Amino acid sequence: MAQPEKKRYIEDEKKRQQRMKRIVFGGQIGLGVLVIVLWEVLTRYEVMDPYYWSSPSTIYETAKIAFLEGTLWNDLVYTSLATLAGFASGTLIGSLVGLSFWWSAYYSRISEPYLIAFNAIPKLALGPVIVILFGIGFFSKVMLAFLMTVIVTALAAHSGIKAIDKDLEKLLYSLGAKRRHVFTKVVVPTTMPWIVSSLRINIALALAGTIVGEFISSRQGIGRMILYAGQILDIDLVWVGVVVLSILSLLMYAGTVSLEKLLLRGQEPKQ
Amino acid sequence: MYKLKVVDASKIFRRDGQEVVALQETTMQIPAGRFVSIIGPSGCGKSTLFNMIAGLIKPTTGKILLDGQNIVGKSGYVGYMLQKDLLLPWRTILDNVILGLEIKGISKREARKRAQPLLERYGLQGFENNYPPELSGGMRQRAALLRTLLYDQDVILLDEPFGALDAQTRLQMQEWLLRIWEDFQKTILFITHDIDEAIFLSDDIYVLSQRPGKLKAKIHVELERPRTEETLLSDEFRSLKQTLLDLLREEPRENGTT
Repeated sequence: MAQPEKKRYIEDEKKRQQRMKRIVFGGQIGLGVLVIVLWEVLTRYEVMDPYYWSSPSTIYETAKIAFLEGTLWNDLVYTSLATLAGFASGTLIGSLVGLSFWWSAYYSRISEPYLIAFNAIPKLALGPVIVILFGIGFFSKVMLAFLMTVIVTALAAHSGIKAIDKDLEKLLYSLGAKRRHVFTKVVVPTTMPWIVSSLRINIALALAGTIVGEFISSRQGIGRMILYAGQILDIDLVWVGVVVLSILSLLMYAGTVSLEKLLLRGQEPKQ
Repeated sequence: MYKLKVVDASKIFRRDGQEVVALQETTMQIPAGRFVSIIGPSGCGKSTLFNMIAGLIKPTTGKILLDGQNIVGKSGYVGYMLQKDLLLPWRTILDNVILGLEIKGISKREARKRAQPLLERYGLQGFENNYPPELSGGMRQRAALLRTLLYDQDVILLDEPFGALDAQTRLQMQEWLLRIWEDFQKTILFITHDIDEAIFLSDDIYVLSQRPGKLKAKIHVELERPRTEETLLSDEFRSLKQTLLDLLREEPRENGTT
């Protein structure tokens, strides 16, 4: 009598993971497409009023015109540069301020409450003052983006400083290290994951700072374009601005993620 | 001529207005090339003594002499290794080992060249470019000790370096340490509260008493070298162990606290 062949069931982890990845990716794309299609259909059949909601196709057409005229490009470059400059300077100076607290416990403890108080100020409310101080040009936007990011970074770096292992410092001193060695070899690398964890928030904050700066008073920038379009009731153009800003924000976020990888080289970001 | 002399060194802290004696006046004379263990219950001031020798804290009284020169409050004159391996997680094993050389101002390239053969010889070949979290506890301690060794001071302080390892790894590490000690002719001071470990490794064992820490006895270990696992079973070893157990048992125990 022939034995029936036994069925073997082998769990293939790799296959399962690949399958999951495919489904998730497909689902993500599908959801995006669905939202856009719904938006288009609902506004076309006037379930949603196309005057307020515009529609993906109109936004696309309006954007094409704006790009072809060149003004949207100029605005985009203006806003991007102001954001990046504010982000870079805010992060850099914030990190330096935070790191400087390692050098003196007195200095650190005396200034900490002020740092927290300054963090509590809604920086955007300072917008008009910044514009009066620095004018309506490029620099006032950079300043607002800078203010939005600098304290957040300083506080993040300060948390990193507090988490430094005292025994590591001790070890370095036993190896004959001076304070500057401890600073470069232990303090900066230990604090890096904290600083890096603030980058993703910072890029969004910097963009918000720039846009508000452009709202208050500006000759260029996506923020100014949105404000202008709103004033002349060109709601399609407002939507173009919002969509372009969203894409810009996503790109900058992606850039930040690669910057993180570069700065950490194997370490994990910390909160 | 002694390599390291601790002369009447003591340490008193003031806490909440009360003076706490961490270590009573202690004198030790350690000849060059000796392997010396310091054993005692926790809180006996062993680590305080090491921190003073390493120059990380200042003694309340007394002097620390290295080759006759006073090194009180001066760090960087002796190698020091703690129970935690304290390897920098963002550096590879090789780059961790050269840390001391880098601080001395030697270029990374030159330092790596000097460290490479050491890693190969002492059981870390193939791990040079790994990061510390990828290694076992024993391997990490090896790297930490090589880092101390490469810093190249005559005296090395080891504060319970194998305290966190399992028994099997511990024995391997002890044999490994003896090999290094014989190759490099360093003077080693070794803190432990494992009696077997102290006897197995040492030429001399200093016994400290419970707080306030005080030097209680000095025992000379005459066991032949090289020592192996069989040494642990010899009569001499057992009688030494008995002596040490008795010395430590005489300690009046505090009730309910450790």
